[in-house]
Amino acid sequence: MSHYPYPDETGRYGAFGGRYVPETLMSALLQLEQDYLRLSRDEAFQAELKYYLEQYAGRPTPLYYAERLTKHLGGPKIYLKREDLNHTGAHKINNAIGQALLALRTGKRRVIAETGAGQHGVATATVAARFGLECTVFMGEEDMRRQALNVFRMRMLGAEVVAATSGTRTLKDATNEAIRHWVAHVDDTHYIIGSVVGPHPYPMIVRDFQRVIGDEAKAQILAQEGRLPTSVVACVGGGSNAMGIFYPFIEDEEVELVGCEAAGHGLHTPYHAATIARGRPGVLHGAKTMLLQDEYGQVQPAHSISAGLDYPGIGPEHAHLAETGRARYVPVTDEEALEAFFLLSKLEGIIPALESAHAIAYVMREARRYRADDIIVVCLSGRGDKDVEQVAAREGETAHGSHS
Amino acid sequence: MDRIREAFAAGHKLLIPFVVAGDPDYARSLEIARAILDAGADMLEIGFPYSDPLADGPVIQAAAVRSLKQGTRLVDCLRLVQDIRARSSKPLVAFTYVNPLIQYGPERFFAELAAAGGDGVIVPDVPLEEAAEVAAAAEAHGIRFVPLVAPTSGEERIRAIVREARGFVYCVSSLGVTGERQDVSRQARALVDLVRRHTDLPACVGFGVSRPEHVREIAAFADGVIVGSAYVRRIGEAVDAGRDPVAAVRSFTEQLKQAALEAIRPR
Repeated sequence: MSHYPYPDETGRYGAFGGRYVPETLMSALLQLEQDYLRLSRDEAFQAELKYYLEQYAGRPTPLYYAERLTKHLGGPKIYLKREDLNHTGAHKINNAIGQALLALRTGKRRVIAETGAGQHGVATATVAARFGLECTVFMGEEDMRRQALNVFRMRMLGAEVVAATSGTRTLKDATNEAIRHWVAHVDDTHYIIGSVVGPHPYPMIVRDFQRVIGDEAKAQILAQEGRLPTSVVACVGGGSNAMGIFYPFIEDEEVELVGCEAAGHGLHTPYHAATIARGRPGVLHGAKTMLLQDEYGQVQPAHSISAGLDYPGIGPEHAHLAETGRARYVPVTDEEALEAFFLLSKLEGIIPALESAHAIAYVMREARRYRADDIIVVCLSGRGDKDVEQVAAREGETAHGSHS
Repeated sequence: MDRIREAFAAGHKLLIPFVVAGDPDYARSLEIARAILDAGADMLEIGFPYSDPLADGPVIQAAAVRSLKQGTRLVDCLRLVQDIRARSSKPLVAFTYVNPLIQYGPERFFAELAAAGGDGVIVPDVPLEEAAEVAAAAEAHGIRFVPLVAPTSGEERIRAIVREARGFVYCVSSLGVTGERQDVSRQARALVDLVRRHTDLPACVGFGVSRPEHVREIAAFADGVIVGSAYVRRIGEAVDAGRDPVAAVRSFTEQLKQAALEAIRPR
């Protein structure tokens, strides 16, 4: 495959991406792009980033051979990229550290963020505490109820948490509120977007800060197996863990890239977040991308059991990879994700985040398509502690009994 | 026929109210629009409701929600333009986010907006860099593509933006989303001055303008004053209190018009 050239100078990934934002933000986005491109080539900045990723976040994370899951499925060798072992329990910290350093280098003393499940909000509040930045996190009122513990965690870390009470009161609306706030405070505030979404240069910046997942995984699988994997699998909401692990493999055409979208109650119902499967091109949060919407372009609410995947859009680069066929996007239902949540807990002693359980569920469902000596690398993007209460409430108090 | 140009050529400062199509329902939004124009407004900006209006503050967001709950579709907004046009010869400008416009198809959208009697369009989430396709489709149907400039734009961007502008230039008074503010005129004056350095098109000021004294201050240096949230709030409050929103907007328009007239200054 020839060199992968995206984004182009207009911030596009083929037909997707761009900068669909109010004029008030344009100068800030252009400045951010310049600053970022300069810092991405700045050795001192990169060394500082590496230092905090290692000493503060705990990188590199292991690439763990899930031997019992492999045996259970009788199939391909399954490796888990253990992003759940990062500080704050998910891959979100990679990007939060990178962008906090970016904020410091560009003289911003204040950061804001949106959050769905609370993982990105916690990661941002954490780095804000560490670097002495003032921090405000926008979170949908509905998500604040679903993830009350993460709200408390962010406040404990010194962040202000503001409820987004508009629209569906979830991640989409938290992102709207964060953008609105940024429009009003753009002169002294850096917006730490949590996924590979939003106007250019954000999808590029977040991808670059998350590619450490894929860079490590590639070196690790080569060291452990001496060859590239057959497939790389990750869950996709906005798609930052997926983009991070996919990106270093894009030019290795023999490696299949699989993104797992939340199919919620099923694609035959309106209750899903399967943007690639059921969306059409449109504009959300400043980017042209695939979008769940009605015939008049009103954005439709998404649904997923996992708050982190409950988003009607997807990063523009994923929309591009889907259109070109370089990556394949498959739907995984709430039920399948729950089954994977329990299976991985039982077999490997690893409780995955419900988001990451979607990727595990794909492997469970499709294991038979693979040969026994195939290798699948799954991004285990986060740990499931945050979801235990929700799953317990759903399963009733006999949850453990019913799944033994 | 260029209704926008004629309106500015009349020699007084324009009062340009904004309302949301279908708020609180189709019939009353038509009555409201007619009452505003009859009471002395010089141009009307018609907001097409959208599920995710990220340039708007809570007042206009709530109006969009009210309208969408009534089932307002983009075709209804176009019909509203047509119904207003049937009894008014004043310029009508559509304010729409880009996603509904893309889904409808820019060609079809502007053909139908022109046929309905629309004169201009404002798309708050399409900056210069993304404007080419939409602006060309608008131009092809005689619809003026009115761009926004902000206090953060800087002279270089302003020069590039006004070069592509048609109709007038929409100057965003201050940082932030739409909504009422205490003080709006200081930054706005500097922005209008900058715009005038690079274009002969009229410069109008919006975002935050809510009181007769704001209108008086801004009309002293700008060619037109856009008042949005203050109208939309009055409509919402009247509806909530069981009062007639038409009466509320009529008397408000008369006050603002009086303020604009007091600032008459020939260009």
